[in-house]
Amino acid sequence: MTEHFKARTGRMARRGGFAAAALMAMTMLTPASSVAQDEQETITGVMHSGLRVLDPIITTAHITRNHGYMIYDVLLAQDEDFQPHPQMADWEVSDDNLVYTFTLRDGLKFHDGEPVTAEDVVASLERWGEVDSGGQQIFDVTDSLEATDEKTVTWTLSEPFPPMLQVLSKQSARPAFIMPKRVAETPSDTSIDEYVGSGPFVFNEDEFDPGQKVVYDKFEDYVPRDEEANWMAGGKEVNVDRVEWVSMSDMMTSVNALAEGEIDYIEQVEVDLLPILDANENVTVERRDPLGYQTIGRMNFKHPPFDNQKIRQAALLALSQEDVLGTMIGNPDYYELCGSVFGCGTPLEDETGAESLLEGGDPEAAQALLDEAGYDGTPIVLMQPTDVASLDDQPVVAAQAFREAGFEVDMQPMDWQSVVSRRASMDPPDEGGWNIFFTNWQLPEVADPLINPMLNSRGDSAWFGWPDDEHMEDLRSQYVDAKTEDERKEIASEIQAYALETVNYIPLGQYFMPQARRNNVVDMIPSPVPVFWNIDKE
Amino acid sequence: MLGYIIRRILAVIPVMLIVAIFVFLMLRLSPGDPAAILAGDSATAAQIEKIRTELGLNDPLHIQFITWMGQLLQGDLGTSLISKTGVVDMIANRINPTINLALMTIIISVLLAVPMGVAAAWRHRTWVDYLVMSFSVLGFSIPVFVIGYIFMAIFALGLGWFPVQGYRAPTEDFFGFLLRAILPSLTLATIYVALIARMTRASMLEVLGEDYIRTARAKGVKENSVLFRHALRNAAVPIMTIIGIGFALLIGGVVVTESVFNIPGIGRLTVDAILARDYPVIQAIILLTAGIYVLINLLIDLSYTLLDPRIRY
Repeated sequence: MTEHFKARTGRMARRGGFAAAALMAMTMLTPASSVAQDEQETITGVMHSGLRVLDPIITTAHITRNHGYMIYDVLLAQDEDFQPHPQMADWEVSDDNLVYTFTLRDGLKFHDGEPVTAEDVVASLERWGEVDSGGQQIFDVTDSLEATDEKTVTWTLSEPFPPMLQVLSKQSARPAFIMPKRVAETPSDTSIDEYVGSGPFVFNEDEFDPGQKVVYDKFEDYVPRDEEANWMAGGKEVNVDRVEWVSMSDMMTSVNALAEGEIDYIEQVEVDLLPILDANENVTVERRDPLGYQTIGRMNFKHPPFDNQKIRQAALLALSQEDVLGTMIGNPDYYELCGSVFGCGTPLEDETGAESLLEGGDPEAAQALLDEAGYDGTPIVLMQPTDVASLDDQPVVAAQAFREAGFEVDMQPMDWQSVVSRRASMDPPDEGGWNIFFTNWQLPEVADPLINPMLNSRGDSAWFGWPDDEHMEDLRSQYVDAKTEDERKEIASEIQAYALETVNYIPLGQYFMPQARRNNVVDMIPSPVPVFWNIDKE
Repeated sequence: MLGYIIRRILAVIPVMLIVAIFVFLMLRLSPGDPAAILAGDSATAAQIEKIRTELGLNDPLHIQFITWMGQLLQGDLGTSLISKTGVVDMIANRINPTINLALMTIIISVLLAVPMGVAAAWRHRTWVDYLVMSFSVLGFSIPVFVIGYIFMAIFALGLGWFPVQGYRAPTEDFFGFLLRAILPSLTLATIYVALIARMTRASMLEVLGEDYIRTARAKGVKENSVLFRHALRNAAVPIMTIIGIGFALLIGGVVVTESVFNIPGIGRLTVDAILARDYPVIQAIILLTAGIYVLINLLIDLSYTLLDPRIRY
């Protein structure tokens, strides 16, 4: 404590200014920190969740993926038509479709100043390929993956893998981010502890407060591509000095802060609160993501009663998308009925088999099927997360619909993290397992049979619910082997029909989370991933 | 006195040990799995299992406990399972806003509540008393978040006097700190003003009926002096207890206010850590909170000797 400070606080205390002295004393409790950032062009945004996990390969959490796009770059990236384009590298494919040669473009540098080399790319792809389902399939048919010189990566396959470029360029659920070799050598089940990328922003480690605040500074040495930005593809031109993601646990506070100009951007606004922002002339509310989210119900194939296809069909017949989405979102501007497991607005959209879902459900038919299947009244354990606004309504609506159709329902409220843990349990429902839960996906995560996690039907190694279905796996293999776009679409339609016939999962339609921004924040790319390149602050 | 302080500090050790065992077991026995949270939505059961093993969560419970205690004895609170950040750093970042908010709340509460309680006792069964008591009931009854929103609507959105949310460190920008801390402190203070005013009134009423007060008045001592020198000083022990407990409660109980006003404090860190099942962080926060409780109780006990010379340890 300085002498000056002691003298001042002492004088104040003597004068009876106890409060003032105490307030001054408080100043001692906080270390001096960052310099004011006023002179820098900063965008402050409230994102859908706080960032806690910094390794975009170990987790598929959206916020970590978004963080990945800030600081890392990818070899290839998709445009709004899901078509792959060069991002860090151009590619050539041999005539027999077995050898892919990727050439890194000039000027690529990591944030520590080192150039990006082919060896970094190989190490990153190997780590990604250990955990990503699409990556695993590529590595299943890989003969060799090597850095043939500083800038060239040669990937040799033992048999053709037509969706190779699609998988390598996928934009969600674990994109193949490129890291320095020393970081990428971290085992894939261990989180990385160095956050150096070659992307358009640098992670500001000093100011990182997990779950609360993350700061990104513009990477001055980043060289964007010349093409215009289009979703994840094209030039990543950064026009601001600094981006701050702050987390606010109270949506009402975020909305008020945006209205008052204390922040610039909210990634997702609850539809209920839109009237407050609609009335504010300084704020624009819009759909950024043209495709939105698919909300789904997933049953457990391992245990009765949903091990029985007829009972699964009864559950599907009992549900109405309009009831679910109407309760969940309310405002029809922000939801859309859609019976396709690949989502609507995507290249593989097809709604075969979803008629009852789209037409308000059919409880009588559901009841008849239950009788036919000999349902014995065993209660179905339905997990209801109560702490996530986008997940707490589906279970309530579904439970009522199931009861009307003749199911006994045991709805168990819990926090989302309990759902996440419990759904991994293969035990019977009365011993800590479950029968059904609901979740949401961004459309690019379900848009094709290879990526869609639910369609994987390899029993115990499939996604939670563990369907064991050889025919579905056969159809997925056919999709992988299909040579033309038409052929792929035809097989996808078969998968759609078969998925709804076997009730692999129940697609409950699409919804959109509007974003809100101050009017002076412009040129944001309308993509499923909120990105901060291209964007400008006037 | 020194012997007493040393004995009290030594008594902290078994208390903290019991808290540590209890917290450790409660967390391990409650549902939830940090590995599943870390892995994200599309991870398969096999991937989650690998991460569990890597994090050491598949080790037998006693091994996990011994490892943690070993670290703790070396002053190492561990690393967050989720963000890989040091727990000490995480808490250090978040403790200042909470302590500053709690201090400011207590200062406002004491400055408002003690005179209110004294006035209510002095003008017992008059409109002053009824007004103070009505406020007290109201202060207790309205949930903190409602008060927060009302203050925000009036003073931030309506009149524009204060920012809606946020926090500034007082060292960085003292005026900015005050501007942002006033609404959350007032919000939190409402319930404490109610509590302390009630306690002051009750305690003062008891003292004002004593013979020495009558004697003081009979001697012609000024009413101000009777109230604040003779009565309040003797009524101070229970009031001090309430203030001390209030401060301790504030450290752990500011979650809602921190959420409403977006203050990056320890309350929100606790909730986040619990929702993410981040065991090392939860364990550290609970140990820290328990330590603060014990320390504040000791300080309250010691303050009695200053307030009442008859009390000696």
